[in-house]
Amino acid sequence: MTAPSEPTRAAPTEGSPGMIGKAKDWIDYRMPIFSFMEHELHEYPTPKNLNYWWNFGSLAGIILVIMIATGIVLAMNYTPHIDHAFNSVERIMRDVNYGWLIRYIHMNGASMFFLVVYIHIFRGLYFGSYKPPRELLWWLGIVILLLMMMTAFMGYVLPWGQMSFWGATVITNLFSAIPWVGDAIVTWLWGGFAVDNPTLQRFFSLHYLLPFVIVGVVVLHLWALHVHGSNNPLGIDRKSEKDSIPFHPYYTIKDLYGLGVFLIFYMAIVFFAPNALGEPDNYIPANPLVTPAHIVPEWYLLPFYAILRSITFDIWFIEAKLLGVIAMFASIFILFLLPWLDFSKVRSARFRPIYKQLFWVFLVDCILLGLVGAKAPNDKVFPGIDNFEYVQLGQITTAYYFFHFLILMPLLAKFEPTRPLPESISEPVLGNRAEAGE
Amino acid sequence: MSHSAEDTDPGLPAGDDGETRRDFLTLATAALGVGGAALAVWPLIDSMNPAADTLALSTIEVDVKGVKPGQRITVKWRGKPVFIDHRTPEQIEKAQADDAAGLPDPQADKDRVKKPEWLVLVGVCTHLGCVPLGQKPSQPRGEFGGWFCPCHGSHYDFSGRIRKGPAPTNLEVPQYQFLNETTLRIG
Ligand code: HEM
Ligand code: FES
Repeated sequence: MTAPSEPTRAAPTEGSPGMIGKAKDWIDYRMPIFSFMEHELHEYPTPKNLNYWWNFGSLAGIILVIMIATGIVLAMNYTPHIDHAFNSVERIMRDVNYGWLIRYIHMNGASMFFLVVYIHIFRGLYFGSYKPPRELLWWLGIVILLLMMMTAFMGYVLPWGQMSFWGATVITNLFSAIPWVGDAIVTWLWGGFAVDNPTLQRFFSLHYLLPFVIVGVVVLHLWALHVHGSNNPLGIDRKSEKDSIPFHPYYTIKDLYGLGVFLIFYMAIVFFAPNALGEPDNYIPANPLVTPAHIVPEWYLLPFYAILRSITFDIWFIEAKLLGVIAMFASIFILFLLPWLDFSKVRSARFRPIYKQLFWVFLVDCILLGLVGAKAPNDKVFPGIDNFEYVQLGQITTAYYFFHFLILMPLLAKFEPTRPLPESISEPVLGNRAEAGE
Repeated sequence: MSHSAEDTDPGLPAGDDGETRRDFLTLATAALGVGGAALAVWPLIDSMNPAADTLALSTIEVDVKGVKPGQRITVKWRGKPVFIDHRTPEQIEKAQADDAAGLPDPQADKDRVKKPEWLVLVGVCTHLGCVPLGQKPSQPRGEFGGWFCPCHGSHYDFSGRIRKGPAPTNLEVPQYQFLNETTLRIG
């Protein structure tokens, strides 16, 4: 190992001293769980140049645990019935000991989860973490994102406020766009003729289940990760022992530090602005006869909602409604193809001068899509200019979203002049010193 | 233990291409297993369809005696709003005249009503299911005077037909009949 201060520890199987050591050995002989942990969490060789963008994976894992812990306690006081759900949540807020705190942690935890996972994904986009041999790892990550979206959507329905109800109505109605079987599918999803009690109960059941499915996929995600190890800011493979350091204590302590900073941010929101990210309309009990003037999903779904709404025209015989739904799903599923759309051998954007710029353009595009999703389609983008409405901005940004993946990425992969890669993570390269240690 | 290719299955002669009867048995078992599992899953899937009691709640009766021409009322049927619109002669005339306008989902006004003065509609936008505005005089009714869906901007006319916006089809007309001059049964 590179670190001289790291004492070489005897593996537990070599006969550990003391009662606890003996007990560990006994268990380890029958089920090598301690050797496994030693191997995967302690020795696990990790590139020594990881920057803070590599903190967000472990943060996401911790938030998942927080969501499950708070969710299980909420479920003890929550009633999944249209006549009681809203009041049971208000009771949690007012009467249950620390109920307000637990709910605010859970409610804002969903936002934090998406924030952290989005940063985690954009990290991957910048440093090329989806390229061989990490395609499967990337795929598993997208599966987690999809499961998170389903979980958060169904969780948002549980308090049975106006946004819960109408969000559920609009999103489930998306499936009615499917030709022929659409209406049958929607009725099946609802268990009735509208979003109603059967819908709420099944959403609760699934909202409880899916987080544990996520845990399962996270295990696969980590398994795939540990086969080839982390990518790194230079995007080159580790060549020798000199390029790695053991995960513990170096990255455990760094992850803990990041967690501390993150929790300050998260708890500041929980304590000082717990409803800032939510919609006031969700504190009005659901009313199936009155739609709120402006339906918006939670912020983390806005870009996709914008894509959905920006298709306002038919193409050939395909109706706009169906096209919108297709475009929305395609915007996520296209991520599965990314390892092949971007076949450039160079992973990190640091050595891809043009991609490096376009990455930021793409990020801005996604933020603009989020903005469009939050606005009414026919609002004016600039107060003075009459014929530029948010629909149009949505159409431009949607087009660019797909243009980035389908046209720019393959073109860059083929034609972009990349900069020379350093020899190894350790060795600064002539003329590239500033980059290597960045 | 180590087996060579010959001594694994002495009783099962290999065919020309190395396939054995065991391969067939494995395949057949797998196919049966998959088929059986698919059948066993059906009750689980079908249990999510509307239950018998949900289906049973399917009709309501409405007394429309107090509804004056030009007035609209909303009643709840199967968890959804139903719009009942007592149309004025001018509105009926406009609705019929628009049969000839370029309609995205062409349908004559007379095919959408039992009595021209009473228009009965499921008050659910055919786009993504919001409740269109226009039941109260204070609400916007869109460019064609019928209803306006604020969610993504669909405009409906005096016959509840889609005229502009993302909704693909006209507002649905539910099954209903007049039990007498002023009583409706919906469903
Ligand atoms: C992936 C992890 C999870 C996510 C992203 C998530 C997301 C959400 C969201 C967005 C809400 C709505 C909060 C609100 O506006 O009131 C919610 C509510 C709820 N969740 Fe979760 N959740 C997760 C895990 C869990 C788990 C494991 C349970 C355990 C049963 C649970 C139980 C509940 C309950 C009972 C509510 C309703 C109470 C309330 O609205 O605060 N959640 N969840
Ligand atoms: S739901 Fe009415 S326009 Fe979209």
